[in-house]
Formats: sequence, C-alpha cells, structure tokens
Amino acid sequence: MTVSNPVRGTTDVGSAASGGGAAGSHPVRRRHRRRLTGSSFTPWLFLAPAVLIFVVFKYVPMVEGIRLSLYQVRPFLGDLWVGLDNYVRILGDERFRDAIGHTLVLAFGQTIGSMVIGFVLALLLEGHAKSLWFVRSAVFLPVVAATAVIGEIWRLLFFPAPEGFINSVLSIVGLGPWTFLDSPDTSLASVMFVGIWKGAPYDMVLILAGLAGIDRQQYEASALDGATTPQRIRHVTLPALRPVITILLTLASIRGLRVFTEVYVLTGGGPAGSTDVWMTRVFTVAFERNEIGVASAGSVMLFLITFALTVVVQLYRRRREAG
Amino acid sequence: MSVADQCDTALGWSTGRSAWLSRSIRIVLSVGAVLLFTGPLITVFSGAFDNNPDPTQLSVLPNKPSMINFEEAGDKGIWSYLANSLIIAGGGLLLQLSVSVFAAYALARKKFRGQALMLLLILTTMMLPEEVIAIPLSLVIGDLPLLHVSLKGTLLGVILPLGAWGFSIFVMTEFMKEIPMELEEAAKVDGAGEFRIFAQIILPLVKPALGVVAVFGFNMIWEQYLLPLIVADDPSDYTLTVALLSLRSDQEVGPGIVLAGALLALVPSLVVYLSLQKSFLRGITTGAIKG
Repeated sequence: MTVSNPVRGTTDVGSAASGGGAAGSHPVRRRHRRRLTGSSFTPWLFLAPAVLIFVVFKYVPMVEGIRLSLYQVRPFLGDLWVGLDNYVRILGDERFRDAIGHTLVLAFGQTIGSMVIGFVLALLLEGHAKSLWFVRSAVFLPVVAATAVIGEIWRLLFFPAPEGFINSVLSIVGLGPWTFLDSPDTSLASVMFVGIWKGAPYDMVLILAGLAGIDRQQYEASALDGATTPQRIRHVTLPALRPVITILLTLASIRGLRVFTEVYVLTGGGPAGSTDVWMTRVFTVAFERNEIGVASAGSVMLFLITFALTVVVQLYRRRREAG
Repeated sequence: MSVADQCDTALGWSTGRSAWLSRSIRIVLSVGAVLLFTGPLITVFSGAFDNNPDPTQLSVLPNKPSMINFEEAGDKGIWSYLANSLIIAGGGLLLQLSVSVFAAYALARKKFRGQALMLLLILTTMMLPEEVIAIPLSLVIGDLPLLHVSLKGTLLGVILPLGAWGFSIFVMTEFMKEIPMELEEAAKVDGAGEFRIFAQIILPLVKPALGVVAVFGFNMIWEQYLLPLIVADDPSDYTLTVALLSLRSDQEVGPGIVLAGALLALVPSLVVYLSLQKSFLRGITTGAIKG
C-alpha cells in the first residue's frame, strides 16, 4: 500500500533517534534526554482538554446509556430498576424487528452497491491526465455535501408525479413514472439509491489509491502471457485490491448499521414504516414516546453489534497478516 | 501501440492518438458520470435562483432568475440558521484543532506512564458511533456532571462535544512523530522551555497536517445532524442543515425556498473542499487505512 510507506519510514527515523539517546555513550546527551522526557506531569497537561471532553461527552454518556437501559426512566419520580426488561420489550416490538430488517437490507445493499459502482468509476477514471483529475474531483462532490442537503435535493428530484425531475428523465428512455419515496414498495430502494450515490465516489477514491499501488510489471507480464482484460482484472487487479476492499467493507457496514440522517431526512421512516431503521426507531421511541430506558436498550444493542463487528474484522485482518 | 502503453491502467485504456474508439467511449462514460454525480447538485443552484416554486419544474438552468427565494427564506429566519451553523463550525473547528494539536504533542513527543491506556481511550471513542450515545448525551448536555449546568439550547452545547475527535488526534500524532527528536533537543540545549518548543518548533512544522485535519474537521462538523437536533430547545436553535427539514414541513414554504437554504448549506462545504482538495483526498486514504 502506497500510503503506509511514509508512515513506516517515520517510525524508523523516530526509533533511530531515541536509540541514539538510549545508547548512553554521551553522558551529556543522556542528561538532556531525561530532561526532554520531562516531568510526568507535562504530557497530562497537554492531554487534559481531550481527556476532559471525551470523558464528559463520550464515556459518561456511554456508561449512562448502559445504566438507563436497565431502568424504567421516570422524570421527577425516580428511575425504577427493571433489569433486562427493556431489552425484552424492544426485541418484542414488531416495528423494531422490522426496522432491524430494513437496516440490514440497507446496510448490505449500500455497501455492495457503493463498492461495485466505486470500482467501476475507479476503472473508468484511473490515469494521470489532467482531464481525468477534473472528472474525479467533480464525481467526488456528493461525498462532501452534507447528508441533510442531499436528502432535500433527492426528495425534490424524486417527486413522484410524472412531471418530477427523475421521472421526466426516465420517460425519455421509456421508463416510469415511479413512486420512489412515496410508496412502501419503492421507498427502501430509493433510500438505498441515494446512499449509493453518496457512497460510491468515496469508495472510488480508496480503490483508486489501491489501483495506484499495483505494480505495472504485473500488468505487462499478464499482457505478455496473452491475458484478456477481464482475466487481468480478475487475476491481477482484484487480488491486489483485497486489503482496500476489506477496509471498505468494514467501514461501510458499520456506517450502514448506524444510518440515521439519510432516512430521517428522506422519509422519516415512512411511508407506513417501510424505511424505518434501527436509529430512527430508537429516536422515535426516545423522543416521541419518551421511553428513554427502552430506547437506550436499543442503542446499547447497536453499540455491542458494531463493536463486535469491528473486533472480529480486526482479528481476522491480523490473523491474515500473520498467517 | 506498445504493450507498456496499455499497462498504465487496470482496464488498459489506450492513450495513443490512433485509439479514437477507446478514447470516445471513455469520454462519453466520463461525461455520463459527471452528469450523474453533479447534476443533482446543479439543480440546487438553478432551483434556488428560480422564481418558480413548482417541484416539477426543476431544471439545469433557472427559467426566471431572481433572488426572491432568498428574500422569502430570510423572512423564515434562514440567515440566523446560517449564523448558527457558521458559529458552530468556526468555534468547533478552532477548539477541535487546538485540542488535537495539544493531545498529539503529548502522544507523539513524550513517553509517559499510561500512554497506552490513553491511546486505547481515544481509539475506543472512534469505535463508538455518535448515534448510539445520542440519548444519554442529550441528558448529559441538559445537566453537566459535577457542574450541573445545562447547555440545552446553546451553541456551546453543540460545540463542546465536537471539540475532541479521535481521528483528528491520530492524524496529528502520526505527523508529529515524523519530526526528528534532534530539533527538539537542540532547542532544549539552547534553553527553550516546553511551551516555546511546542509553539515555535513543532507547530510550524505540522502546518500541512493542520490543513488535512481542518478540512476533515469542518466536514465532520458541517455534517452533524443528530447532535444539533437533540441539543436544540426550540427550532430557533437549529443549524441550517437541521432547519431544512422544518422549512420543508412549513406549509407556506415552497421548494424554491428550501432549495435556497440547501444552496446556502452546500456552498461552504464546496468551497472548503475545492480549496483544500489535496489535503482532503490524502486524509481519506490515510484515515481509512489507519483507522
């Protein structure tokens, strides 16, 4: 991977420098090194702001979330210990189970869709020409636009009447009119489409970085062996991209599970709950039904699943690298 | 055409003059890709300046150009939403950059007891999706631990939680590790104190990293949705992105006005991206591979 090289180079420089100091052949230098390391108080002074913010706004809420998930939260009356009751209740809720299903479908579809489109884009736009650089920058724009803005744009473009923007475009090629976000049959697919539209250019950038790291001699060798382009993609390009693809899969599946803004803006979970996902459901239970304990149970479950997913992928990667 | 020529890209795009077919296919597909990915954003520009509130009449160029949408959006308080967004972005970014630079200095340039624990503490926050702590976070913001102060409905309530970001600290730490120790040691010999070393030697050398971290930080803050939503006490506390939804639900408001708001929310991210593009793309590749 091209990216890791400068970093590895750095570690070498760092260890060489400290190695020189630790050798102890120059007493003067050693004294300075000890002074440089300084009192053990200084690093904590520099770390204090970060630690303070993390503790107050990440760790306290995390612990508080786990605590709340075990209580029935009653403002002014005091919380009531209910054990795992909240978990039982949220898992027993049919709308929540549906929401988990939608989340999985959405996460899976968006992950695979973004990666396939991103790969196609990367193949199309690979190269050093200035014009290609321009095209790549333009294609990347959806990634930097805020999700809420993109949601509003697509809501208007998806206008379900035959005169809607996308429907007029579709009618040119003899398709449509489609209902998009307005019908339970097409709403989830439409949300997925918007997610892929925003996600694919991001994947493209990472795949392009992977493509740039492939040794050109491998292509030349395969060309000399008479391999066709599809064979070359399959046997040279794809195996070389495996690390990038693993990273993309991990990032995208976690991002997919915690999806909130897209759905909240595009459909708010409707119509008829057809696009309700994990976090929109939790949000509704917490802030509209005011069942903080039950909603916290839902959040804690999502946290455990993303955490487990991250750990499993990390272990798998480490084992692959070791073996 | 040589073999080497076709081995420059995975698909073997030929660049020679004779390969007109391959070239034209590529041009057509590239134009298609640009239209697909920028077309929707262009309709925002035209729609925002179009004096025609009909959602079925979106087009690539405005039919009747005017500023009426912005005037009407102004009556709906769009400028104060924009001000909220900009204050949060500016304040949040300033805090985030300072916190990251300080923390990275300790992590990259010092050896101390508990360093591994600190790294783990920061790494864990990166694995903790913001969404899953949203509910308890809203309670914490309503009643800060020990201080018992409520930040509900204040911009500070959005800014402070964004003040420390694991990604930003890690990128900064990687950059700071690259600075040779000798520089620092020489300054020590010359009698420079801790803060002078930090301010006059380390800071100037990590300027390029500040670009990367700043563009990502801005993007991360501008993207925030759930946090300003749960901190807000009433709709006047909304940021521009959050306000778009309540604008749309307003019966008197047509799509032209929503698009004017969307345009105002879109422009800052485009400006930041286009001016710091290199930093941005470099950050994506390093960030993803590191974290």
